[in-house]
Amino acid sequence: MSANNIEITPALIAEHGLKPDEYQRILTLIGRVPTLTELGIFSAMWNEHCSYKSSKKWLRTLPTTGPRVICGPGENAGVVDIGDGQAIVFKMESHNHPSYIEPHQGAATGVGGILRDVFTMGARPIAALNALRFGAPEHHRTRHVVSGVVAGVGGYGNSFGVPTIGGEVNFDESYNGNCLVNAFAAGLADADKIFYSQAKGIGLPIVYLGSKTGRDGIHGATMASAEFDQDTEEKRPTVQIGDPFSEKLLLEACLELMQTGAVIAIQDMGAAGLTCSAVEMGAKGDLGVELNLDLVPCRETGMSAYEMMLSESQERMLMVLDPAKEAQAEAVFRKWHLDFAVIGKTTNDLRFRIYRHNELMADLPIKELGDQAPEYDRPWVATPKPAMIAASDAPAPNDITQTLAQIIGLPDMCSRRWVWEQYDHLIQGNTAIGPGGDAAVIRIDEGPKALAFTLDVSPRYCFADPEEGGKQAVAECWRNLTAVGAEPLAITDNLNFGNPEKPEIMGQFVGCIKGIGAACTALDFPVVSGNVSLYNETNGTGILPTPAIGAVGLLPDIAMRTTIGFKKAGDAIIVIGDTKGHLGQSIYVRDILGRRAPDAPPPVDLAIERRNGDFVRSEIRARNVNAVHDISDGGLLVALAEMALAGGIGASFAAPQDIATHAWAFGEDQGRYIATLPESEADGLLARARKAGIPAARIGFTGGSELTLAGSAPISLAQLTKIHEGWFPAYMAGPDLLDA
Amino acid sequence: MKSAVIVFPGSNRERDMLTALEKITGTKPLAVWHAETELPKVDLVVLPGGFSYGDYLRTGAIAARAPIMADVKKKADSGVHVLGVCNGFQMLCESGLLPGILMRNNHLKFVCRHVKLETANADTAFTNKYTQGEVWRCPVAHGDGNYFTDAETLARLEGENRVTFRYAEGTNPNGSLNDIAGIINARGNVMGLMPHPENEIEELNGGIEGRALFESLLETVA
Repeated sequence: MSANNIEITPALIAEHGLKPDEYQRILTLIGRVPTLTELGIFSAMWNEHCSYKSSKKWLRTLPTTGPRVICGPGENAGVVDIGDGQAIVFKMESHNHPSYIEPHQGAATGVGGILRDVFTMGARPIAALNALRFGAPEHHRTRHVVSGVVAGVGGYGNSFGVPTIGGEVNFDESYNGNCLVNAFAAGLADADKIFYSQAKGIGLPIVYLGSKTGRDGIHGATMASAEFDQDTEEKRPTVQIGDPFSEKLLLEACLELMQTGAVIAIQDMGAAGLTCSAVEMGAKGDLGVELNLDLVPCRETGMSAYEMMLSESQERMLMVLDPAKEAQAEAVFRKWHLDFAVIGKTTNDLRFRIYRHNELMADLPIKELGDQAPEYDRPWVATPKPAMIAASDAPAPNDITQTLAQIIGLPDMCSRRWVWEQYDHLIQGNTAIGPGGDAAVIRIDEGPKALAFTLDVSPRYCFADPEEGGKQAVAECWRNLTAVGAEPLAITDNLNFGNPEKPEIMGQFVGCIKGIGAACTALDFPVVSGNVSLYNETNGTGILPTPAIGAVGLLPDIAMRTTIGFKKAGDAIIVIGDTKGHLGQSIYVRDILGRRAPDAPPPVDLAIERRNGDFVRSEIRARNVNAVHDISDGGLLVALAEMALAGGIGASFAAPQDIATHAWAFGEDQGRYIATLPESEADGLLARARKAGIPAARIGFTGGSELTLAGSAPISLAQLTKIHEGWFPAYMAGPDLLDA
Repeated sequence: MKSAVIVFPGSNRERDMLTALEKITGTKPLAVWHAETELPKVDLVVLPGGFSYGDYLRTGAIAARAPIMADVKKKADSGVHVLGVCNGFQMLCESGLLPGILMRNNHLKFVCRHVKLETANADTAFTNKYTQGEVWRCPVAHGDGNYFTDAETLARLEGENRVTFRYAEGTNPNGSLNDIAGIINARGNVMGLMPHPENEIEELNGGIEGRALFESLLETVA
């Protein structure tokens, strides 16, 4: 019996997330009513997640090329040349919707998916990071989501064997019903041995590899392209289950197989599983694809063509193999106890044909499935330009030092140790700077080269002013890489927004893209891969616009790296960059004053950003400074406190007279760094800065076990440590409120 | 010193171990696939860290029954030195080469951090380059490191001075009995420990105190 030819009703079409005009487009394209399997295939290919139909127009405006770019967006991951015949392959991808429905498995499979993207291209993963955003701490579901997501990220990465070395964790009520899990992975490959998804050759075997296909995750991509409502928790069956053990075997088997020269094309089965991977391989290669689903390894019986084409079972790959080496390839997969099955072949007629029980279940034009996906120029309205506030608009606190202590204990500002200690950040033995610094640093093999990695975005800035916020996210990543001494190479973006059908949300998206593009251009920092996650809304309320940026930088010599911790007592503390005391959208104003007004975020001057950063990097590489930290969330004093806590050494410092002290202490002006160096060499650095036209000021010196601001009572590092380290464990130890 | 590192499906610190052994002993170790039934002639066999077979049963339980393990036991019985680190320690317990069991960490979470270890017995082939009572830094990375055994066995281990390393200075990361981080068999040729000395061997790691373990073996075994 076949359910393939059931009547395609308007209700069924809507259930597949297709709009009436999109269905009309299908009818025009194929000239008849689609079968159920075909409808499923179209829904998988044409949903927002796979087709980028709302975002494509704007993504095209981003700079994606550069002298080091080997492969930009459009493949499984971006590829960047790092010299010596080596390349770094990286991407970031969201798994937001599944992670809210089932935090542990949602996050785990997010990590699995991004690792697969990287090793599909022939790279061995060497670093994983993740940007996590949760609802307000007091929301009844937040603790449950945090606990599950962190355990899921750790559980997958730890077992797979990649160091998870950094990322972000933030809380905001806009994520109450829609957390963000953005997973980043990077892998190392030989620059001349990158594997792509484009199929080549007619009549060649298409091989299914990895785990078996089950009914999990059916319509995951469609679910990820819809808003949430009260019934969201009933969507659990659409979340896939991760198996890091199989993924590890798949990694080893794929890399071993790639060495044999048998692999012509390879594509992992991610969103929309077999459908998306097969169509992509064929369409890119101008070839048709024919699949016999009876040959697909299944772990459940009686699966229909529809189910098999839409299953999102994890840890699966599709390859086109050189037939002469098929036996050799099969032996590699058998050795690793993985399934290996020839399930189809490439054809010369540009059709996508699916057979099940000798019956033709789908027969579609392969190019059009991808190329003819709807593309929208969604109406958008720009976010109104917010007004700048003056320092005098934000009342000063009674005691600067006590306020600092309060800030470093805030949910968004406290230590993330509780999180990253659950991640194996040391495996592979190359972690030079782990979590907690400006950027993490991983040595390449035996060195001396190393790579730096960071993820960043300030959603509150993006909400207030999408364009400045977009610029700031890129600039901050660039700054983080610079602060460890690395040359920023390229970025990947993970654009998380609400419903693009609302002009103001689309306006946020457009604004952020403009800002990102401007910053990438000005900083020679191309976008090489990325992912868009829209419809991050619950009951009609969108998340803060969150274009998370992941960035990679290169250190020619690992010995050049700097860390944030103070190194010894008696060093001079220098602030590099101009402190105007911009308090709009600062942590101080938002969390201490409790003001959530549409004030302007700190503006980013990209020329100054570059000038200051290039100066700092050259000072680091000349070994003139011994500790560097960029100034970001929370402002100057927070950065200073973090340096003191990381080094276990205190500091004494004074505020200048020409600026309100609270604005100096907590303003979030961009393009700034704190550096330390021996007192005797401080004048030299200040002179070099002056010569370069860069504002720089000595504010004090390191030493002791307290932070002492002239004119304010000192605070001990012990006390600061207790506050900084205390919040997260105490919060997580609280009662489970899920059923409250 | 010739050494072999057994590679199980799901092992993931075998590369760290291979690298450490080569850097410290100067000899490239052999990587031996779990499905083999006979070990090459070596002075040291290492069961590395990871999640063998996904650790989907008790940790190390499936690996302890892998084809190669029969010969590992035979070699251990004949006096060849066997080192199990993390998942390898779990395998040694599951295979009966060492007593006791590694349970889930008492806080039920995976933990990766640097701890302090006290060398509780510096008079073994694995520990002689440490001084008795020496406290050193070493990373841990595990979800199941909570050593447990019955009172009688524990008394025997302590009485026979077979606890080689203990978590020191209040850094026990998992609730392990008597702060046990590593133990050795009665004969003194099979040792298991949860921490990862292979990740504490060069400046990059922030410390080199893990080297002494391999240097001890290099001096006594080969």
